[in-house]
Amino acid sequence: MSVQFRGEASLLPAFTATAPVRSSQPWRLATGGSIDRSSSIGFTFDGKSYTGHVGDTLASALIANGVRVVARSFKYHRPRGIYGTGPEEPNALVTLDRGCDAEPNTRATTTELFDGLAARSQNRWPSLAFDLMGINDFFSALMPAGFYYKTFMWPGKFWIHYEKRIRQAAGMGLASRCADPSRYERNHVFCDVLVVGAGPAGIAAALAAGRSGARVVLAESEPVPGGALLRDTEEIDGAPAAEWVTRAMAELRAMTHVKVMTRSTVFGYYDNNVLAAVERVTDHVAQFATHLPRQRLHVIRARRVVLATGAIERPIVFENNDRPGVMLAAAVRTYVKRFAVSPGNRAVIFTNNDDAYRTALALHEAGVTVAAIVDSRTSAKGPLPVAARRLGIECLQGHAVLRAEGKLQVTGVQIVALDGSRSASTKSPRRIHCDVVAVSGGWSPTVHLHSQSGGRPVYNQVLSAFAPGLSRQAEVSAGAATGANSLVTCLAQGHDAGMEAAKAAGFAPQNSQPPSADDPESAAMEPLWLVPGATHKAFVDIQDDVTSADLALAHREGYVSGEHLKRYTTLGMGTDQGKTSNMNGLAIMAALRGQSIAKTGTTTFRPPYAPVAIGVFAGRETGMHYQPVRRTPMHDWHVAQGAQMVEAGLWMRPRYYPRNGESLRAAYSREAAHVRNSVGLIDVSTLGKIDIQGPDAVDLLERVYANQWRSLAVGRVRYGLMLREDGIVFDDGTTARLGEHHYFMTTTTANAAKVLAHLEFLLQVVWPELRVHVTSVTEQWGAMALAGPRSRAVLARVIEGGGAAASDEALPHLGVASIRVAGVPCRVFRMTFSGELAYEIAAPADRTLQVWEAVIAAGSSDGLAPYGTEAMGALRIEKGHVASAELDGRTTAGDLGMGRLLSDKKDFIGRRLAQRPALLDPNRAQLMGLVPVDPKGPLRAGAQLVETATPSGITPMIGHVSSMTYSPALGHEIALAFVTGGASRLGETLHAAFPLRNEVTAVRVVEPVFYDKEGARYRG
Amino acid sequence: MLIIRCPWCGERDHTEFTYGGAASVARPTPAATDQEWVDYVYMRDNSRGSHEEYWHHVQGCRQWLRVHRDTMTHEIASVMPAAMAAGER
Repeated sequence: MSVQFRGEASLLPAFTATAPVRSSQPWRLATGGSIDRSSSIGFTFDGKSYTGHVGDTLASALIANGVRVVARSFKYHRPRGIYGTGPEEPNALVTLDRGCDAEPNTRATTTELFDGLAARSQNRWPSLAFDLMGINDFFSALMPAGFYYKTFMWPGKFWIHYEKRIRQAAGMGLASRCADPSRYERNHVFCDVLVVGAGPAGIAAALAAGRSGARVVLAESEPVPGGALLRDTEEIDGAPAAEWVTRAMAELRAMTHVKVMTRSTVFGYYDNNVLAAVERVTDHVAQFATHLPRQRLHVIRARRVVLATGAIERPIVFENNDRPGVMLAAAVRTYVKRFAVSPGNRAVIFTNNDDAYRTALALHEAGVTVAAIVDSRTSAKGPLPVAARRLGIECLQGHAVLRAEGKLQVTGVQIVALDGSRSASTKSPRRIHCDVVAVSGGWSPTVHLHSQSGGRPVYNQVLSAFAPGLSRQAEVSAGAATGANSLVTCLAQGHDAGMEAAKAAGFAPQNSQPPSADDPESAAMEPLWLVPGATHKAFVDIQDDVTSADLALAHREGYVSGEHLKRYTTLGMGTDQGKTSNMNGLAIMAALRGQSIAKTGTTTFRPPYAPVAIGVFAGRETGMHYQPVRRTPMHDWHVAQGAQMVEAGLWMRPRYYPRNGESLRAAYSREAAHVRNSVGLIDVSTLGKIDIQGPDAVDLLERVYANQWRSLAVGRVRYGLMLREDGIVFDDGTTARLGEHHYFMTTTTANAAKVLAHLEFLLQVVWPELRVHVTSVTEQWGAMALAGPRSRAVLARVIEGGGAAASDEALPHLGVASIRVAGVPCRVFRMTFSGELAYEIAAPADRTLQVWEAVIAAGSSDGLAPYGTEAMGALRIEKGHVASAELDGRTTAGDLGMGRLLSDKKDFIGRRLAQRPALLDPNRAQLMGLVPVDPKGPLRAGAQLVETATPSGITPMIGHVSSMTYSPALGHEIALAFVTGGASRLGETLHAAFPLRNEVTAVRVVEPVFYDKEGARYRG
Repeated sequence: MLIIRCPWCGERDHTEFTYGGAASVARPTPAATDQEWVDYVYMRDNSRGSHEEYWHHVQGCRQWLRVHRDTMTHEIASVMPAAMAAGER
């Protein structure tokens, strides 16, 4: 098995080389945690080397090493520290270097540590500790909400100059400039029950559903299952939670119909219970087998979905609540208990609920001083507060943290008492020294996927949060995702949801009891959103630097709609999608408006739940794999002959066959001239081919083509023009009558699929009474065009029956014969696109190459040469034949000089609307020829035609150049163009302006047929 | 992600199909007025809710289907072969 190193190999030794390794992880606790202490992992942050353990995230390893400032903020460049532990993290966004590739805005909290990981901080210059743009913070009063809109809007044309500076000063990480070198895969998953989240509720749900025999997928974002049990270690079924998780996961993994996916974030919930998950396959390891992708997209189709997505803690807003050291309370607990790292020496807990007391207990147990628990509630009598008091921790009821002190690190807090009406006391605040503030404003159920599924979350007064509403799809939420705040409820809800989901999916689960737990009861939380009196630098959305003052200003300026306010202030618009800020923002807006939160609105969540790399969606479909490649039967022959190939839709076609280093122009000029003078052969297998059979076949042709078909005899072929129903030209091609009820239609290469779908629609929907079948035979027939004055002589050598079969009598102009060529049963059409005597030979695809090679050999004495699409283009432009540049979806038959083809004796698609006056206006731009007054040109396709050589200001455009070529027959450049007034301008001199290259070329309007106007060359 | 139950092929992902526009219009006869023709080609109701529409099972049986879909909820009430529906007219 070959092994690949992430990034450039030379980057790997950075941490082992001369850089001194700092004293090892001073903030790592001596015991505890689920990290592997026997391992040592080296990584760098901003070029400095550190170590961590297997089981660490980048965030926990940074904390272990005492790195407190990890980022500068988006707008004010304020120093920021680690705030959370998961995808809710607003601050700790870093750039991960992977060789040439770099991934910006990666959350350190969800990045697993691996050997050689190299991370950089963002949005700072020159360094995190000393950031010159920090000056923005001093002038923040001058940069309120809408600052950019207000200040830089005028004068408008200067915005492009302002914007560059603003982008530089305010921002996130920089995207890599090189292509993403990683590989991504897509997988399709089908299951009866999808359980999202492997916390207690999710595991209980998966067990209940899995035991019934239902195909279950259990998807978990984290590398290990457990969810909240990774930090809270109550007993389940009489055993420590970790043991229960181990046992349950072992049971699940033993069931062959259950699939457990870790490191897999379900980020999107779409119609018909289709969900999408991204699995991080190799992001967390330094070396991996080359066949493994970086990440894998799972498209999951589930009969039933259980959303056990948990809840996200939200902060309480106070002044300087963004200082490094201010963290979510459960995050602090997670760092202590799961990762065994201490975010500080001395903590203050600020809460409005019982759960944060668990953090106090965990810190105390780990030997960290808890200076005080500041609880905004007037009383807290539950088992957890009691336990905290019993340990001698000071518990301040009815108090709040007004502001944090310190800059690069919290140094203390100022505490105020809240009076009965919940306003701050006027007494001067008390100061408490600390280096960590663990804050909890309650929990918001993670309703994102429920909302994406079409459900509308409902505001729950008891939870002071939005909980899932009515299900619109086959989904149900369970556990903390519903607002449940006790372990026993989570387990029961999960168990019941799993049973119900299995039943609904058609299984018969046996009645069973949910796992039991005996966790302490929690008293109700009491909402506190914004600490009274906190007016300055009180951050609501920390990632986007949106303060409570910004919301107040937006409110004063009349932004009453939540949707407007959000966009004006950018609240919740960051990469975290406001996971910790939306609820506070909404509550503060409601208070400003003096109305209830329920009335103020909610947020509609859209995929993705967490940022997903674009490469995940592309999967393997990049570069040449972006779309299928179609090759003609002669493809390898062309390549072997040195042809330069060109894409034509999905097809690869030979563009030209350079000889001795010829230029494109030299090659196609030679090839085209050779067709005019002798004979050439071109691969036309890419044309669309449709077999049409049935007694009413001619009726179908009469209705889909604008011209007449009834008179076409068996053995004859005719040019046909199709319109769209709006009267504009759709496609052109030829159709041959092979038998009484059998026709063979060709379409342009570009429109082959569209024409077939069009015919199928007409036959199945509009005229189901017509007895006709249409079948695409594009793949079944290869084809070639043999063109030039010597073509008949060459054909005579390979066609069955020789010269007689190739004669004008046997195969007249626009005749078709089913006959052997080189021993292969073929269809030979006498028709021309080049204007020369020409034959199209269609052969069964598996034998086309044989015919092609036989024709090449037969033509060697005449110097038969293959020609490519460039020469074909030159020949058709000389003849004024239209192609896709002329059939551009805007042109009528009249514009193309083919108005006379439109039959007035029958109904056909497009007939009625083609007669609209504007489409018949003689002043429409019509197809004409152009030649440059100075033979040197230059002429360019796309040039605009104007009447004056020095166009300035608003100059009326009177047409455009659609196609141009160098004409070997005429010895100068020629072009097809659409010219207003058409033939009335014959002989006029116009100017072809091509401002992109600052060119204006004088041109003369001529007939659109440059060569052999009489058609003498192909009739002979 | 829509799932369309093709009468010939069974339940298939919508990526196998192409959308073919509203099925509420029928091609007028040559005798119809200009206005009727313009309405047929250009005018469509932008329904919020119940919608009759065509889907082409282009990556499958290549049959045109007449689908009754709710544009709000994307629920599909019925799918039938367009040819059968056309025959009923």
